Amino acid sequence: MMRACEVRELGRLSYGDALALQNKLVAERQLGRIPDQLLLVEHPHVITQGRNGHEENLLASKQILERAGISFYSTNRGGDITYHGPGQIVGYPILDLREWKRDVHAYVRAIEQTILDTLLDFGINAGRVEGMTGVWVDGKKVAAIGVHISRWVTSHGFALNHTTDLSYFQYIVPCGLTKPVTSLQELGVKASRAEVTEALVRHFGRLFELETVELTETK
Amino acid sequence: MIDIVMPQMGESIVEGTLTKWLKKQGEHVERDEPLFEISTDKVDTEIPSPAAGVLSEVLVAEGKTVAISTVVGKIDEGAGNGAAAKPAAAAVPIVAAPVPAAAPVATPAPASKPAAEIDQPEGPLSPLVRKMAREYNIDLKQVKGTGAGGRITKQDLESYMSAQGARTMAQATPPPAAVPSPAPVAAPVQPKAPAPASAPAAAHRARVEPMSTMRQSIAKHMIISQQTSAHVTTVHRVDMTKVAKMRDKHKAEFQKQNGFSLTFLPFVTRAAVEAIRAFPILNASIQDTNILYHQDINIGIAVALENGLIVPVIREADGMNVTGLQRAIVDLSGRARSRQLRPDEVQGGTFSITNFGSFGSVFATPMINQPQVAILGVGMVEKIPVVVDDAIAIRSQCYLALTFDHRLIDGALADQFTAKAKQVLENWSEEL
Repeated sequence: MMRACEVRELGRLSYGDALALQNKLVAERQLGRIPDQLLLVEHPHVITQGRNGHEENLLASKQILERAGISFYSTNRGGDITYHGPGQIVGYPILDLREWKRDVHAYVRAIEQTILDTLLDFGINAGRVEGMTGVWVDGKKVAAIGVHISRWVTSHGFALNHTTDLSYFQYIVPCGLTKPVTSLQELGVKASRAEVTEALVRHFGRLFELETVELTETK
Repeated sequence: MIDIVMPQMGESIVEGTLTKWLKKQGEHVERDEPLFEISTDKVDTEIPSPAAGVLSEVLVAEGKTVAISTVVGKIDEGAGNGAAAKPAAAAVPIVAAPVPAAAPVATPAPASKPAAEIDQPEGPLSPLVRKMAREYNIDLKQVKGTGAGGRITKQDLESYMSAQGARTMAQATPPPAAVPSPAPVAAPVQPKAPAPASAPAAAHRARVEPMSTMRQSIAKHMIISQQTSAHVTTVHRVDMTKVAKMRDKHKAEFQKQNGFSLTFLPFVTRAAVEAIRAFPILNASIQDTNILYHQDINIGIAVALENGLIVPVIREADGMNVTGLQRAIVDLSGRARSRQLRPDEVQGGTFSITNFGSFGSVFATPMINQPQVAILGVGMVEKIPVVVDDAIAIRSQCYLALTFDHRLIDGALADQFTAKAKQVLENWSEEL
């Protein structure tokens, strides 16, 4: 018997609103009121900092960010600083790991695998880099990962650069690593957001042994 | 004083970085309240407090990386607001998943050792006779042979055993009449006994099989329960028509949405939680001459296994609705059957429910899961004719049987409790 996972395609949503929704769903998931969730969202320009974030990895002053139309958030996820923006596919799985594996490393590895398998569908041979969580193609990072877990329920997740304007990464040292970033577009992938999302959901369901159910209602 | 340790967050994980204390030294913390955060890889995890009390010592500073199981701080339970003591660990009913490979020590293999201690008579013996003599521990010198050349035959052994049986019956242990326990009260075959103490009928055809570790644990626990509590059972008939209608209405949709079916059990569990809230003493334990009122409502659900039974616990069941309870029941019972429960998932129960109705039983008198003081048995829900306003109607009915510990709970209270659960079920008004 497969466990169910509701997939919510939220479209364009501000980081703050998406965070509020995540927090609400995490609380409900902890109480067992709802099944596992996968939120898919595209954020307007935003820079977020994880719990282990180092202020020095933010390269621009908050005033400059403001002028460039970029918001800033400090969050409780793992990982350092990152950028989200248009053209990026951001996924927030809200899973009760007790129903899968009580293993945070296995969880992060499975998220990486979801993205690796998705990229392979579009002819991209991506890989992992030891000690640097995320998904890499030829030394460039195409997807970032940062996770928070409370009572074995996950939140935050991954950000895959699809048609992201990579120039926005100049404001930060992504994840505190002085490594370049890339996107599917830069790698020559022509597939639409819907096509990439479809593949992500499919591989996610398979790897986490979940029956994915699309929720059509918006919010 | 309770040690707070760095938890293991996964198989391959050997250390973690304590990133933030969410409570200061000297601050009060509730059990399960987030106490500190750790970071491994790209994952930040909030760790809940193992107990209620005061964070009395902080041994690992923020930013430090330590090996798993390292003590990072201490909680002084005594300094709490009385919510401290929980006999959780003591309450282990049955530990999960006995390893089948582990040889049970209790019953010695009947084949080998005793045989050496038996004096063999002169003359040839058939393999069958040797085998029987070994199994029933018979001194063959005492048996008169009637076969060719005075050989001992199977018939000789059988008549010897029934004669012995008749002789020893008189001084045999009294029958376990007073104990209506499902646990195996009668002693297993004892190969060391000089005379076959077992009843003649058993001596004729019996197979010796050592009890599994789980069986031994169940047996022990049942007898301890029998000897501890003053078991009394009260039975109420409950009209489940409204719940049945609700269930029928949502069944298909529920299955589609959740991937598992909707049963009556979460409704009854929900009703039991409401009744516990109204009568919290049913959620208590006895400790010497004190009554321990548990603040959490942790409901044990009896799960029948192929060769035993286990009672995994739904923690803080009062925070869940019918869907949440059904999810927890499916999860716990599924993992119980596939032997994937962790030991702490069968501990800390404060009240139990057993659903013998699923096996067709109308009502039964369950045994209390120590150190709890009550258990609710759910009979089969079936449509039967009942009298409603002086007319005969077809209604879905079931019996709820509450076994309670009469040391602590009087009959009137037990009936009030059961009536409350009945009332919730008969006037069901909640959403799923």
